Amino acid sequence: MKRLLLAAGLVLLPLALLAFGLTRDPRVVPSPLVGNRAPDFTLQLFDGGQVKLAELRGRVVVVNFWASWCLACREEAEALEGIWRRYRERGVMFVGVNVQDKESDARAFIREHGKTYPNGPDFTGNISIAYGMYGVPETFVVDREGRIQHKHIGAVTREILEREIERLLGARGDRA
Amino acid sequence: MRAFGGLLLVVLIAQAPGVGLGAEDALEAEVRALAGELRCPVCQNLSVADSPSEMAKQMRDLIRERLREGDRPEAIRAYLVERYGEWILLVPPARGFSLLAWLVPFVGLGGGLAGAGLLLRRWVKRSPATLPGVDGVDPTYLTRVRQEVEERKWT
Repeated sequence: MKRLLLAAGLVLLPLALLAFGLTRDPRVVPSPLVGNRAPDFTLQLFDGGQVKLAELRGRVVVVNFWASWCLACREEAEALEGIWRRYRERGVMFVGVNVQDKESDARAFIREHGKTYPNGPDFTGNISIAYGMYGVPETFVVDREGRIQHKHIGAVTREILEREIERLLGARGDRA
Repeated sequence: MRAFGGLLLVVLIAQAPGVGLGAEDALEAEVRALAGELRCPVCQNLSVADSPSEMAKQMRDLIRERLREGDRPEAIRAYLVERYGEWILLVPPARGFSLLAWLVPFVGLGGGLAGAGLLLRRWVKRSPATLPGVDGVDPTYLTRVRQEVEERKWT
């Protein structure tokens, strides 16, 4: 009986580990960045000018990585623009980082979706690597102290953006 | 001798372009070595060195750029681990939970060998006793069996 239990254990333990492994999505990359300082970057914008993240300290910032060829980016475009228009008065900033794209396609995408917040290309990919990005779209919500408070993988929704922004705006009074 | 001279010439010619590109080749080798240790974020089980994806290319560019600037490979690796977590390393570090991945195969091998050895010893020890034995059998049956076997032999 003892031996049977031992044998069962020897077989079941690896099986259990395997089963656990199969429940995990191999495409999900855990981010060590949440809770840490948001890597600074300077983004040259499509319509001239530039955005430097460090200069946005004191404001809640939503950093969205996107590409024109990405379907989920199309899906979330309206939510991003809508929430930006709703919260810009309260000092919230939106920045779109365009990755792995052709400039003409990116510009067409911005026009098509009527994006009014600053967008610029990350030609070298250095910004996306600094943010540990592995696929578009990814959205980071940065608090007033410049720390990443939330990372969303895949198409972001109005509800998520609203919840995260409200949480950070409420955290230390509304200064805007 | 002439054949040897010819061979030498061929070898020298083949190596000649390598002389001019020495530094670049060494840099590329270093880029490949580090990229080979990294997991490509947009692939499934492919290294940054082997992946043809845009993302992997940008990572190789970043590695090349930083090596050119004089950064040590360890520093670049540490930077990427800071951004992607240890997930990005194809070979898990031999500490913490990942240590399991290093130990389990050897524990398994050791356990298997020990088990096999124990079984073998037991079989060897037990074998004489379990051979078709004559212990505890009624002698009358034994003689009868022997008798019948003898009879059969000759018919």
